Amino acid sequence: MIELDNIAKIYRMGKVEVPALRGIDLTIKQGEMVAIIGASGSGKSTLMNIIGFLDKPTTGKYMLEGVDVSQLNDNKLAELRNKKVGFVFQTFNLLPRASALSNVELPLLYSNGGQRHKRSLEALERVGLGERATHKPTELSGGEQQRVAIARALVNNPSLILADEPTGNLDSASTTEIIRIFCQLHQEGITVILVTHEMDVATQTQRIIRLLDGKVISDEKVTHNDKTIRKRKDIGNVGN
Amino acid sequence: MKLIDSVVIAIRSLFANKLRSSLTMLGIIIGVGSVITLMSVARGAEATIASAYEELGTDVLSIMPINPEVEGGFSMSPAYAAPSLTMEDARALEHVRGVDNIVPINENFITVTAGSEAKSGLLHGATPTYMDVMKYSVASGQFFTDHHVAQRANVVVLGSLVAEDLFGDDDAVGEQVKLKKQRFTVVGVLEPKGGAMFGVSFDDVVIVPITTYQARLFPQQTATGQDAVASISFQITDEENREAITEEVESVLRRRHNLKGDDKDDFAVVSQEQVMEIVGQVTGVFSIVLGAIASISLLVGSIGIMNIMLVSVTERTREIGIRKAVGAKRRDILMQFLIEAATMGFAGGGIGITGGWLLAWAISQVDIGGFKLASAVSIDIIILAFSVSLFIGLASGLYPAMRAARLNPIDALHYQ
Repeated sequence: MIELDNIAKIYRMGKVEVPALRGIDLTIKQGEMVAIIGASGSGKSTLMNIIGFLDKPTTGKYMLEGVDVSQLNDNKLAELRNKKVGFVFQTFNLLPRASALSNVELPLLYSNGGQRHKRSLEALERVGLGERATHKPTELSGGEQQRVAIARALVNNPSLILADEPTGNLDSASTTEIIRIFCQLHQEGITVILVTHEMDVATQTQRIIRLLDGKVISDEKVTHNDKTIRKRKDIGNVGN
Repeated sequence: MKLIDSVVIAIRSLFANKLRSSLTMLGIIIGVGSVITLMSVARGAEATIASAYEELGTDVLSIMPINPEVEGGFSMSPAYAAPSLTMEDARALEHVRGVDNIVPINENFITVTAGSEAKSGLLHGATPTYMDVMKYSVASGQFFTDHHVAQRANVVVLGSLVAEDLFGDDDAVGEQVKLKKQRFTVVGVLEPKGGAMFGVSFDDVVIVPITTYQARLFPQQTATGQDAVASISFQITDEENREAITEEVESVLRRRHNLKGDDKDDFAVVSQEQVMEIVGQVTGVFSIVLGAIASISLLVGSIGIMNIMLVSVTERTREIGIRKAVGAKRRDILMQFLIEAATMGFAGGGIGITGGWLLAWAISQVDIGGFKLASAVSIDIIILAFSVSLFIGLASGLYPAMRAARLNPIDALHYQ
């Protein structure tokens, strides 16, 4: 589904060029659940932004479902973000003044989709928040806010969910609940990519891609064994 | 994204910041309000003047002093034109064929008192012919006579409103009034006539013999030291030969004023239509000046909208980032902020028009010492004001909206 071929991203800070990604080759298949881990500054967020069409690679080729999307214009990228991807952020990024339902409706507003109300309510029910549709983000707990964000990511039926440190601001109970929802979405056939530095979270996926200084340094399948080991022993965080 | 959705979002966000939105709109409200008020009052003044002259009839011509060096309507303004007409000029015209009912008139505003009552009105110094030319008739008593004029008598004829305000239902004839602290005897009261000029009702008039006016009330001399006359009105009895008669009047006056060959006239003979044109010119300049002042407040208002929109874009950077992340295109963000600014312009314009209209109406109701300013709100002013305020909203919202639309989604999302 996703094929990255020698993707590089260089930021320009005045006259200095700062490479964030230095040649990433990566293939992620439809329906996979993948964790991208690495220390801060390793380029994992940049990689996620490129995969999610928030940013364009400086060089390299990005094929999505067999189509080259490396150098599309802003409008095309906005359309892809709207239709193909659902984002979940560490800081939730909900509109504070809008109700949970209005927040979930947002992507449908920009895709001119019909039945906004009904579809948004269904998405909220999928994350178990059907009863809290009229609440504003300030009236919800962190875990609930993140579930609203997941409902928003789901509402336009994307083939890909991208989550950037989705559990970074949550307590352990909420973390468990959020991960459970991601696993469930994965089982429903949606491709899920999690960026995290919590090993506990990463081991819940099928595959762990480790980045260092803008390069992939390891790409391993998670064995059943890993999961049980991680559950038994608290190894702690990778990275910082 | 559908337009209706953009409008809903824009209105919601304006309501979320009620105080800020209303203060921002205030600039437009004041600007549009003052445009409406000023233009209505200027239009109203023009309309009443026009109706006043129509009533006098087309056979009445007036002679006024002009400044030969000044072009256009302002040449007649007392600020530029030195007094050049005299009683002798008026008398000399009696010999011109086709000219009748000659009346020299001096005028000024004055306050008339009777006991503890006081009333402001328009004072005319004139001769008995005044009544015929100005189309008044006497309700009680009589108009003053040529004898009164010759004697410089302290007699006065009151307009119906003046008499009513000072003496109520009592007959004013024979009573004493004071003008500039001098005692005058009321010899007559006029029938109500209706109509007004410059907001002064034609029934708010006070008439004294012109000789008394010149000697005791507002003395003014010409360059040659004679008593000045502000204007001379007359009727043409032979409408067919209007041009020839006008020329004859002009040549009589040129001779009397010792003007030779290429000397320019120091007076002008004008018909009521010409007076109306001149008044139109003057009020036109008046409206342009007032309009310019009001436009400045509109400009200030639009700067206010732009300023607030820029603040709003900065403040909502994160919101813009979220919207972009879920698929908002540049155009969607542009529309959202543009509609927000346009809504402020439109709503401000609407409130401004209503307020300006009410103010114009209130002004026309206020009695400023006997004078009322008429006002006329017309649909073209309203349409103009609406389009201007909408345009201002759009124009001042464009730059902030473009800035919002151009934001990079990643930077916007991480903005604190």
